Amino acid sequence: MNIVVCAKVVPLSSVTIRIDPATRRMVRKDVSQELDPQAAKAVEEALRLTEKHGGSVTVVVMGGEDATIGIRGALAMGATAAIHLSDPALAGSDALGTAKALAAAIRKAPFDLVMCATESSDSYTGLVPGQLAQLLGVPPLTFATSVTVEGRTVTIKRQSEGGYDVVSAELPLLVTVTTGINEPRYPTLKGIMGAKKKEIKRYTAAELGLGPAEVGESGAREKVLTVGRPPARPAGTIIQDDGEGGKKIAAFLADLKLI
Amino acid sequence: MDFELTDDQKRIRRAAREFAEGELGDAIAPYDERQTFPHEIVKKLGPLGFLGVLVPDEYGGAGLDYVSYALIVEELCRGDASVGITMWAHNSLCTNHITVFGSEAQKRRYLPRLASGDVLGAWGLTEAGSGSDAAALRTRAEWRDGEWVLNGSKAFITNASVGGLAVVLARTDPEQRSRSISAFILERGTPGFRAGQPYRKLGLHASDTAELILEDARVPAAGLLGERGMGFVHALQVLEGGRIAMAAMGVGIAEAALGQSVKYMNQRTAFGRTLAEFNGLQGMIAEVAAEVEVARLLTLRAAYLKDTGRPARHAAAMAKLFASETAMKAASKAVQIHGGAGYITEFPVERIFRDAKLTEIGEGTSEIQRLVIAREILQLS
Ligand SMILES: Cc1cc2nc3c(=O)[nH]c(=O)nc-3n(C[C@H](O)[C@H](O)[C@@H](O)COP(=O)(O)OP(=O)(O)OC[C@H]3O[C@@H](n4cnc5c(N)ncnc54)[C@H](O)[C@@H]3O)c2cc1C
Ligand SMILES: Cc1cc2nc3c(=O)[nH]c(=O)nc-3n(C[C@H](O)[C@H](O)[C@H](O)COP(=O)(O)OP(=O)(O)OC[C@H]3O[C@@H](n4cnc5c(N)ncnc54)[C@H](O)[C@@H]3O)c2cc1C
Repeated sequence: MNIVVCAKVVPLSSVTIRIDPATRRMVRKDVSQELDPQAAKAVEEALRLTEKHGGSVTVVVMGGEDATIGIRGALAMGATAAIHLSDPALAGSDALGTAKALAAAIRKAPFDLVMCATESSDSYTGLVPGQLAQLLGVPPLTFATSVTVEGRTVTIKRQSEGGYDVVSAELPLLVTVTTGINEPRYPTLKGIMGAKKKEIKRYTAAELGLGPAEVGESGAREKVLTVGRPPARPAGTIIQDDGEGGKKIAAFLADLKLI
Repeated sequence: MDFELTDDQKRIRRAAREFAEGELGDAIAPYDERQTFPHEIVKKLGPLGFLGVLVPDEYGGAGLDYVSYALIVEELCRGDASVGITMWAHNSLCTNHITVFGSEAQKRRYLPRLASGDVLGAWGLTEAGSGSDAAALRTRAEWRDGEWVLNGSKAFITNASVGGLAVVLARTDPEQRSRSISAFILERGTPGFRAGQPYRKLGLHASDTAELILEDARVPAAGLLGERGMGFVHALQVLEGGRIAMAAMGVGIAEAALGQSVKYMNQRTAFGRTLAEFNGLQGMIAEVAAEVEVARLLTLRAAYLKDTGRPARHAAAMAKLFASETAMKAASKAVQIHGGAGYITEFPVERIFRDAKLTEIGEGTSEIQRLVIAREILQLS
């Protein structure tokens, strides 16, 4: 089974994200990056499936040059190979542009199963996987809390309000995994050293057959107009306890019809 | 001159930090409180490669350099010093003694098991009557009927009761003082060889320290490690690497103390301001932060000398001395910054403070490091 995992590389979770007011894009330059912890769960699930059923795990990442550290991270976990889409022509893509680039890269080789996280940790639109499934012409099985494969049939448990649905479809298909699906393994020291020897393929937008009308800033049909802070919460009411504190709090809560 | 770590070293440090942040820290508190060994957590070290860091690939290790090793020890000790010392005593002392001085057959027999974490290793030099003056050790090994018979005991040995294997130094030629000590490999289950009850300690409660007791312990000829009479010479070389690890442990503990201090200073308020705004405390933090940096640079430099095959004794002694005293100072300041909260077990700095003290004692006390450094500078033999 050839599994392709789409993984984003994002700023380290300990880093405070800044938005460039001019471009309204996240500042990624000189920010330490890591494999998106959400995508790491997709990588982990893919590794578990190939450990059980055989096959390969190829990780596809669209992102700048400094995404390499995250790609090596996925390879150190045990992924077989990686594809890095890092071309200035792809910068500024919207979700659809991203999905087009990923789809074109995935189509370069035969695949059975594409895995994504439900949403990324940094901009979490959650749009890419659905678009990708559409472009690849495969059914998406979304919000998986578990994935099992029997022959060509993939069955997932889909998280729902009251419990879960059991959904299945035939390969090839796309699965999105939820946060709770697993605990990704730590990379081993040998894995880290071995990751250097694994292949990272690179494609330019042109090699993917994509032009400025489809990808990059120019191809983006969605524009982020403003990025704003959530409205500040109004200051709370401070009640000094002068012996009547309890009564005052009760009156305050009664005013709000809470008691 | 280049202060930049290689990409590999950065990735390895990150992996060690991820593990330490995910698995150590507060998770060790219950073991510390009950003074029990965290088997469940130590079990995770082997499969990740942390128990064979310096062991060559062909014997099942990760085959890494000393700089990477120092970074791993620092990160694990920053997470928890008990697990840290368990890991590095295994790597630097027992395992490294076999890696560097073992015969091909000994390496094939023992290194894969040590590197995978199947067995933990202990290393016994110290005795109740000889610590700093280790060459005065009295454990004896006599050649009788085609095997070695060992008698004596070793005190304060890390991993003694949890270990499956121990390297033990014993006197093979009682008449001479120099070249009279040899090293032996003892497997658990060897008749006449056992560990005592683990000591109750000031700190490092979740690490195992016990006596190794030898009562007519029988070791086959193949258990002699290195040439007969070279044991002490080899032990000093093993200790050189051990001091780099202990220095890295000091850096890790100091970094943990500093991190806790920073967090607390930004949270806690007094007189309507956060502690971070008080000048006196800022001074403490600045000083500790600068010293942690010095300690780390000294440690990585000693590791680098080792990696490039140059004499590292002097640099390792300096790193060990400075890093351990930095750990103690950082921990002491951290408790001070926490006020009353620093004195109670609910906050990690209380544990860090207790753990830190060992770094000034083990692998040669601060006084012995000063002696080693001074002798070199004054050209005394
Ligand atoms: C504040 C902000 C708002 C935005 N709003 C919109 C908007 O409304 N509409 C729009 O079209 N674009 C928008 N964008 C741009 C958009 O987020 C990204 O361009 C696009 O890559 C989608 O990324 P995502 O992280 O949201 O993907 P998600 O759909 O959240 O990602 C889900 C999964 O898809 C896969 N995936 C996503 N990106 C990659 C990648 N680069 N490489 C490999 N796998 C990947 C991963 O498996 C990931 O876990 C916005 C960007 C910002 C910063
Ligand atoms: C938790 C723990 C783990 C340990 N693990 C191991 C282990 O795995 N293997 C092992 O072999 N040992 C181990 N040790 C032992 C440790 O290495 C010794 O305790 C240490 O070397 C000091 O020796 P000592 O205890 O005999 O002190 P002593 O040598 O008796 O020292 C007492 C005091 O005298 C000072 N002193 C001694 N000589 C001089 C001098 N010439 N000049 C100035 N001052 C001097 C010392 O600095 C110290 O302050 C461990 C100890 C502890 C506490």
